[in-house]
Amino acid sequence: MSEQTHGMVKHDLAPGEEEQHSVGARVVGYVVGLVLALLLTATSFFIAGTDLVWQPSIPVALIVLAIAQMGVHLVFFLHITTGPDNTNNVLALAFGLLVVFLVVGGTVWIMAHLNANMPPMDQIMRMQ
Amino acid sequence: MAMTTTADHARADPHHIGVVIEHPGPAPKRIVTAYGFWVFLLSDIVMFSCFFAAYAVLVGQTAGGPKGAEIFDQRSVAIETVCLLLSSFTCGMASIAADVRNRFWFYLGMTVTCVLGLIFLVLEFREFADLIARGYGPSRSAFLTAFFSLVGCHGLHVSAGVLWLLTMMAQVFAKGFRADVLRRMMCFALFWHALDIIWVGVFSVVYLLGGAP
Repeated sequence: MSEQTHGMVKHDLAPGEEEQHSVGARVVGYVVGLVLALLLTATSFFIAGTDLVWQPSIPVALIVLAIAQMGVHLVFFLHITTGPDNTNNVLALAFGLLVVFLVVGGTVWIMAHLNANMPPMDQIMRMQ
Repeated sequence: MAMTTTADHARADPHHIGVVIEHPGPAPKRIVTAYGFWVFLLSDIVMFSCFFAAYAVLVGQTAGGPKGAEIFDQRSVAIETVCLLLSSFTCGMASIAADVRNRFWFYLGMTVTCVLGLIFLVLEFREFADLIARGYGPSRSAFLTAFFSLVGCHGLHVSAGVLWLLTMMAQVFAKGFRADVLRRMMCFALFWHALDIIWVGVFSVVYLLGGAP
């Protein structure tokens, strides 16, 4: 009931919808998102081909940059925020992310162990 | 605090004509539609995560065929990435124009989005055609199967998005900025931005991580 104003009930925001309605502010939001995304993309492509940084750190850096850029897209383009009127959208996103991490993390983890524990194919052939 | 608001309200409306309803009731159709589409997009992202998992597992299984570093062209991938990023921005401009019912900026934003999407598709198609012509088609190795299915699935989504984009332009042309057309436009913008998010995963995992020597 605290969200009531003047007897009118305020509904939640639809995904993709923004709170402020001035055109200028909305355009600025998209420009900021575009600049951040371009910077992160350029960094990713630079890091991938450079010899300047310690080589084993490159995969981790690429994954961190990708997750950061996905966050930028979610906030500035899809307008998913932590506001009280966005709870439904964030909870759906959280569940989606849970499934994504279970699928990707679980697959990579299990298959890596299978690969490590399996003898090479010619060895299996000799055992038979 | 709650008491004073109720008292104020009673004085302004002594016969309780505008009764304050305790429950807000169903959300407007706009919110229900967009939320349903958001859930669809998340399930689509879950589907893509299976393709990503398959790629991550199979990236080393080249069966004597080429490795990622030998076939990926970073320059063309960079151009594709910039195209999709800019198209996400112009799509945002078009949805702002649709909200303020400005036809000129809507058509301009959508046209630029369409052109950038088509450039992306042409570059990707050329990459695929080139690989197949060199004998590195999807049947060459498990790595190439995973590569073609993941990147091709994203390409199919972009193609569907371009068709949807043209449909939205035609509907705005024929029907104007009606409430149902605006709802569809909102879903289209969500779809296009979500495709860009998936592409961030594709260029990072497939081309940059998978292309490492």
